[in-house]
Amino acid sequence: MYALEINQLTKTYRNGFVALKGIDLKVQRGDFFALLGPNGAGKSTCIGIITSLINKTSGSVRVFGHDLDRELIDAKRKIGVVPQEFNFNIFEPVQEIIANQGGYYGVPASQARKQTEVYLRELGLWDKRHLQARELSGGMKRRLMIARALVHQPELLILDEPTAGVDIELRRSMWKFMRRINEQGTTIILTTHYLEEAEQMCKNIAIIDQGNIIENTSMKALLSTLDTETFILYLREELLHLPTISAEFAIRQVDEHTLEVDVPKQLTLNQVILQLHQQNLQIDSMRNKVNRLEELFVSMVDKKEQAA
Amino acid sequence: MSPLQRYSIAYLTIARKEILRFSRIWVQTIVPPVIMVALYFIIFGNLIGARIGRMDGMAYIDFIMPGLIMMAVITNSYSNVVSSFFSAKFSHHIEEMLVSPIPNLVILLGFLTGGIARGLSVGLAVTLASLFFTSFRVDNPIMVVGVAFLTALLFSLAGLINGIFAKSFDDVSIVPTFVLTPLIYLGGIFYSIQLLPPFWQNISLGNPILYMINSFRYGFLGVTDIDITTALIIIMIFTIALFSIALSLLNRGIGIRQ
Ligand SMILES: Nc1ncnc2c1ncn2[C@@H]1O[C@H](COP(=O)(O)OP(=O)(O)O)[C@@H](O)[C@H]1O
Ligand SMILES: [Mg+2]
Repeated sequence: MYALEINQLTKTYRNGFVALKGIDLKVQRGDFFALLGPNGAGKSTCIGIITSLINKTSGSVRVFGHDLDRELIDAKRKIGVVPQEFNFNIFEPVQEIIANQGGYYGVPASQARKQTEVYLRELGLWDKRHLQARELSGGMKRRLMIARALVHQPELLILDEPTAGVDIELRRSMWKFMRRINEQGTTIILTTHYLEEAEQMCKNIAIIDQGNIIENTSMKALLSTLDTETFILYLREELLHLPTISAEFAIRQVDEHTLEVDVPKQLTLNQVILQLHQQNLQIDSMRNKVNRLEELFVSMVDKKEQAA
Repeated sequence: MSPLQRYSIAYLTIARKEILRFSRIWVQTIVPPVIMVALYFIIFGNLIGARIGRMDGMAYIDFIMPGLIMMAVITNSYSNVVSSFFSAKFSHHIEEMLVSPIPNLVILLGFLTGGIARGLSVGLAVTLASLFFTSFRVDNPIMVVGVAFLTALLFSLAGLINGIFAKSFDDVSIVPTFVLTPLIYLGGIFYSIQLLPPFWQNISLGNPILYMINSFRYGFLGVTDIDITTALIIIMIFTIALFSIALSLLNRGIGIRQ
């Protein structure tokens, strides 16, 4: 049984805009799944339908085997959702927001209070529990919504761009937290357009663009389809001219101290360094160019458009 | 845990939240209607009422008292639900309920409980305040409580339906201003419809609020302009109709699901 199984899902908004054009998606139980796509691709629409905030036009959605059309209540009980936009009452105190959400899910008050404390502590909001939600910073509001989504201990946690607008440090701690929740058995689906996030966190991935799923595979398999990897090299001395290097590598000058080089999968970086060394170029430091997925994504979208 | 147990926890959560919402700010929600009704009593009851003489065989101040209580019940239950529901929609926190595993009936009952609680609390406060201005007996307490409850329920439902369709804060005030207030004032609070020419009497019979005010007055004073059984049946029909409409609108996701 899948945690989530979507078949031929379409959505046409009232103004006639077709946001989803018949997507299929399967997410294994226990998975950490990324739904990746540019702005406007249809990610939030998809999540809105799974969480029944948006009515689908056609197709089917099952959550742990429960069809949304036939067993909506059972399906809803399995899900915790962190939406993209803040959707709590800003005048309500933090701990009431969370405990009330527990109540809506039928968690008895004493247990809801306990769970509220657990997650507020874990997410570093316990000190803020008496504040009204409007008094929290953006990152705290995001964490408030995560605690709210977990209070009934869902089996499937869905996060719509959870780290948008969250600073690096907090983003890292949220990743750590989500990884732990996932290791404890919660299936996680997140949407993101931070490619680094998907790359670091997720086991499986689907890429959505203009309402179509254009790729659905494991992160590993996806990254292995990259036939080159790009490195950025920082040089000690100013470059006078672009170094010559064997033709298998593409080399570009970024500025007078920086080079960018594409290394094909079957070759190694050693050869690049050796050749530069022979030309008396001193490499101070080096890093992997992080937006590998982005390139991949762009090339996939391009291919798709050429095919069409 | 059985679904019924879960739903009752959910219901109690919503109801409690709705009741806290207005009782926390009782100075803004309970006190103003009391002041307003006190002013009506002073001006229409004592000052002008003394010159009007008797209406339907009773002192004018006693005649208007039930209607004034009813007016407070109607406007407060209505405005509680319309503003709570609309602001939940407007700031999207209604989604907290919409994603939860509860039938729409539970959500509906939760909001209605808030509206009824507000309507009855204000009604009680106004009744107590009126004791400063007149003394009265209660002819039929069950009728008084029953009619007050049904009226609060009916206008909570109406407020909810208004909230479902409202797209802006203007839409929240249009109905109370242009529909509710005229119907209340023309519903026989201040006069017996026997005073009207036959044509206007018949028009008045199309006003549902007339039946509530008269049933309520009957409960207090034992007098009415119209047949009480008919009045109660009409109130029931309106309540059932609005209840079905509200529930079906929620089930269809009108105004709340895209
Ligand atoms: N209520 C709506 N009515 C019409 N179009 C909408 C509505 N909501 C979203 N859209 C459109 O649907 C597309 C997908 O939106 P969304 O699912 O929010 O994308 P994403 O979350 O991937 O950024 C966008 O082009 C957006 O403008
Ligand atoms: Mg989105």
